[in-house]
Amino acid sequence: MKESARGKDSDVENSPDQVRFEQLVLPHLDAAFNLARWLLRSRADAEDVAQEAMLRAYRFFSGFHGGDARAWLLQIVRNSCYTWLEKNGAAEKLTEFNEELHGPASPTPEALTIAGDEERRLANALESLPARYREVIVLRELEGCSYKEIATIAAIPIGTVMSALARGRRQLQLALLNPARKGAAREL
Amino acid sequence: MSCELSRTILHGYFDGELDAARAAEFERHLENCAECVAALEAEESVRSAIGRGKMYATAPAGLRKRVLDEVRGGNAAVARVAEMPQRGYQARKPYWGWLAAAAAILLVAYVGYRELAGLQSNSDEAVTAAQVVDAHLRSLQPGHLTDVVSTDQHTVKPWFDGKVDFAPPVKDFAEQGFPLQGGRLDVIRGRTVAALVYGRRKHFISVFVWPAQGKDGGRHSGALQGYQWLDWRSGGMEFWAASDTAATDLEQLRQLFGQ
Repeated sequence: MKESARGKDSDVENSPDQVRFEQLVLPHLDAAFNLARWLLRSRADAEDVAQEAMLRAYRFFSGFHGGDARAWLLQIVRNSCYTWLEKNGAAEKLTEFNEELHGPASPTPEALTIAGDEERRLANALESLPARYREVIVLRELEGCSYKEIATIAAIPIGTVMSALARGRRQLQLALLNPARKGAAREL
Repeated sequence: MSCELSRTILHGYFDGELDAARAAEFERHLENCAECVAALEAEESVRSAIGRGKMYATAPAGLRKRVLDEVRGGNAAVARVAEMPQRGYQARKPYWGWLAAAAAILLVAYVGYRELAGLQSNSDEAVTAAQVVDAHLRSLQPGHLTDVVSTDQHTVKPWFDGKVDFAPPVKDFAEQGFPLQGGRLDVIRGRTVAALVYGRRKHFISVFVWPAQGKDGGRHSGALQGYQWLDWRSGGMEFWAASDTAATDLEQLRQLFGQ
């Protein structure tokens, strides 16, 4: 990690970059880990990839010119996750979600009323979504990102954020109603 | 689902991302579209389930330590010591060793400090949340809602002059569905704070404002005794909103304040 443009001597002293990195980027480690955990569907893998992404962020920190440090970091995390998924043969085809498979149920609040293992059910349902829907939901619902931030992080036009969320949420509701079909969605 | 809006605009509305005109237009649509009302309720129920589900995966302490270690040159410095002989940096070796040791000590101290600070702020947050919800509940007792009753931000804002030692951002969001009802003084954590009261359909929302200690951002939310609360910092002010309305309403209000 030391071959950066910062040069050797600046590593020896406490470089201002290091201080700035700790102030601006490090506080978003939770956000980095959370996104990686949901994109990779594994805490163990997320730990590795989030660490690697943080170090990449540090290496490229001279390229960060202010602005939204969280969005900047999460972009790097997201790229690291997709690279990892590709490398490990886990890349998902970005196929359209097949609504036939999930039945044309129309979810009602009652139907979504939750059993005791609500957390597990939600996690399973969320994990069953294709990554590009899963990520917008995670960024919106767990990370509290604005549409603009989601557009930056997920590298999609701001105009598509709303429709991606709409589709993702619909699939999430269907997956909650048909937990048994989880495997089918996952293999899409 | 057949209503097209339930698949599009509804989500922008749900996320508080529509501009005022489009939000108002959608609210008019809601009055006549049972399907969108049901869809909105379903979305709210999933969102609150996600909120309850503790699904946010926080970074394990070990990861935090390893990242800090690398950034502070702990491991990296050690690795370079090993490389140095071949690279002809022999003369600097002792220096690196000391640096690594110093970094390790600093790291332990820093991690310890961060964790303590983290714990501290979590329990701090719980105490403040409890006081904020209590203050909101108290305000609902007859005659306690507002000290100054006005829907005009230009009446409410000057009312706070001389009563608090800061200028709270008073804005009316009537057009966006959050009409300002008035303001009052309250005490949170021993500090006199400004409380703004907003209406939301048939509910009231209290927004407590005081000068922030930390940087802007830091959105946290939760529920206590069936009341939602949402905390954020913007423009150098700490905001705590509490209400029995939906969490999404508080989120929308937060975004209005941010604009």
